[in-house]
Amino acid sequence: MGWSIKVAKQVFYEDVEVGSELAVLVKHPTTMQLVKWAGASGDYYPIHYDKDFAQANGLPGVIVHGWLTCSFLGQLVTDWMGEKGTLAKLGCIYRAMHFPCQNITCKGKVTKKYVQDDKYYVDCEVWAENPKGERTTPGSATVILPSRS
Amino acid sequence: MKLAEASVITDELKNLLNVEFGPEVYEVEKGMLKKFADAVGDPNPLWRKVAPPTFATALRLDELTQKMWTVKCPLTRFLNAGNELEYYQPIKVDDVISVTGKLADIREREGKMGKMLFMTLELTYKNQKGETVIKGRNTIIRY
Repeated sequence: MGWSIKVAKQVFYEDVEVGSELAVLVKHPTTMQLVKWAGASGDYYPIHYDKDFAQANGLPGVIVHGWLTCSFLGQLVTDWMGEKGTLAKLGCIYRAMHFPCQNITCKGKVTKKYVQDDKYYVDCEVWAENPKGERTTPGSATVILPSRS
Repeated sequence: MKLAEASVITDELKNLLNVEFGPEVYEVEKGMLKKFADAVGDPNPLWRKVAPPTFATALRLDELTQKMWTVKCPLTRFLNAGNELEYYQPIKVDDVISVTGKLADIREREGKMGKMLFMTLELTYKNQKGETVIKGRNTIIRY
């Protein structure tokens, strides 16, 4: 799969504003990745690897695990917040399905920043898009960023 | 006169509401984290020491999950509707995590695929010191 390790520069609370965008993350899960995910997560529901079973369930074919899409959104946020960031919340809703061997494009935007109990919180809306650019998986994340002050 | 349509929320399902399951206990090994991060395709070196964000899903509360699948209900197909995780402490290599949970909510709705049942599970993950590390809410659809 040939990844390169990104050495992202640390983002600080002062660097972000409402509307700041997270660096886009494009994922392209293959059927093999779904099998790896099934093994790693313990979710062996056959709609994610058995085409006949998926079609008998009224689906066009095997579909990507919702939790895997959620994990991609987790990667989007943790890549962005850097080593000194702390993830406080992550959640998403599965409105439409993703199919293997198609791009899943993960995006995010800052919606709020606030200081509470001496911690520097940033709320983000995050979502995944299918190749048509439709938001399949709206979600949100809250992170605590380091401050320069 | 129309006959009232039968609810898909059976007594068996109602009786499961708020019943506590677990704990199921997991020792977090380095290899588990590696396998998990590899499956996500996330090369962040941090995941060699601490669990990536959605690792909680691998710490399954099988007894409760099994119940959700086997509980008597006329709807037999399943989809994941959504997940929420709140993080309190990192899960680290060699932690011993205890998972407990319950069925916290059941709702019936008419959707594009016909009648749908939404079942929301609440899960709590604690480490060996008894500290809550994660709280999770997972909603499963039967349709």
